[in-house]
Amino acid sequence: MQEVTTEKKEFVPNIVAFCCNWCSYAGADLAGSSRLTYPANVKIIRVPCSCRVNPSFVLKAFQQGADGVILCGCHPGDCHYVTGNYYTRRRMALLYSFLNYLGIEKERTRLEWVSAAEGARFSAVMNDFVKTVTDLGENKRLTDLRVKEGE
Amino acid sequence: MKEVELKMKERAKALLESGEVARVVGWKKGDFCFDPSPATFETVDELNEFVYDYFCGANLSKYLIQIAKKEGKTAVFLKPCDTYSFNQLVKEHRIDREKIYVIAVECLAKLDIEKIKAAGVSVVTGVEVVDKDVNVSSPYGNVTLYKPDVVLTKCATCNKTHQVKDEEIILHQRPAREVDRFAEVVKLENMTPDERFAFWREQLSKCIRCNACRNVCPACSCVKCVFDNPNSGIAAKANDDKFEEQLFHVIRAFHVSGRCTDCGECSRVCPQNIPLHLLNRKFIKDIDTNYGEYQAGETSEGKTPLTSYTESDIEPNDAVNGEAK
Repeated sequence: MQEVTTEKKEFVPNIVAFCCNWCSYAGADLAGSSRLTYPANVKIIRVPCSCRVNPSFVLKAFQQGADGVILCGCHPGDCHYVTGNYYTRRRMALLYSFLNYLGIEKERTRLEWVSAAEGARFSAVMNDFVKTVTDLGENKRLTDLRVKEGE
Repeated sequence: MKEVELKMKERAKALLESGEVARVVGWKKGDFCFDPSPATFETVDELNEFVYDYFCGANLSKYLIQIAKKEGKTAVFLKPCDTYSFNQLVKEHRIDREKIYVIAVECLAKLDIEKIKAAGVSVVTGVEVVDKDVNVSSPYGNVTLYKPDVVLTKCATCNKTHQVKDEEIILHQRPAREVDRFAEVVKLENMTPDERFAFWREQLSKCIRCNACRNVCPACSCVKCVFDNPNSGIAAKANDDKFEEQLFHVIRAFHVSGRCTDCGECSRVCPQNIPLHLLNRKFIKDIDTNYGEYQAGETSEGKTPLTSYTESDIEPNDAVNGEAK
């Protein structure tokens, strides 16, 4: 294991956002149609429910070069599948805490509840998250060496 | 321990002779005095090789998954920590409780041959334990070691009691004591992220991906395992890059979170001496703090923390603790 070092003039983070189809994904849509901006380096992956996100998806994202991973789901109590996001909440609480325990900065992982009506909130959350990760710098600890070399 | 072994042998013999059970699961003499291995005994003659001593640290519960599928009843000797794993496997429908006859045996902590050797005894021909003294005989002279220094890591902080038994063979009661199994986890939590990363990098880079931790773990009982899939990107046997070991250990630890009984087998079998139990204990500690005290394997019923929820659970962003104070 070694830290990956690559020279970059200006650091633009890679952000992966897992968005629930029934709320946050529509929230992102609303942000767009309301002409609210959020950084283009947020790559949204649509999932049927935040509960669909296996902890290894988050790890895989980091492996493939993500600098931060954010998970967006319906507010607790509003899950389209009634209880999905409650399970997500427990799972991610454990996973994020565990990654922090291994020395991955806790700012790189986040979970936010964003409903379909909260376009403005979606944009604000993404802007804030991208700023946090940009300040933090490159993810050198979980990225696969081979992925970086292929750049 | 000798008289316990005799009693166990007697009982195993009686059970086999009466036909009450078709087989007995216990430990068999190894090549040396310090390497007894788990074994199945089907006839009275085979019991000559039966052994129970201070090196019988192996958890027999996982063997029952396969053995219990055979015809007839199986008797098994379980130490306190093994009974938690047994309960957990019954809960997950991996073992049919009706087909197993559980004989609870006393433990009094098992010894770690690696620690004895590290203490300077290179060749061990026999071990005798008298109270807190471990008298190790060796061709180069006998040595007396202090027992708490040479017990298995899992035994050092063990406070477990038998959770399930059909009968018991307990001649000595272990005195109750105060232990703090999270002390080392807390120590790590109080480090900075950089220090923690350095610690785990050093530890996990030793991993040779032998999969021993997975194979021995009673909670890892999937018939098909993700780590056996060559296309998973995490199935390599050699540590060909920095990420694989980390991903392997994160996934392994997460997979057993909420089901890990903290039996400590992973750390015991690790040929590279990686403190894997510290990964599992982090999950146990988080579950205890966030969702209330939970000990997997205490019962064979009920829900696990990750398959239940409350409406007022802690938010993941707040649950991340453990930065330097």
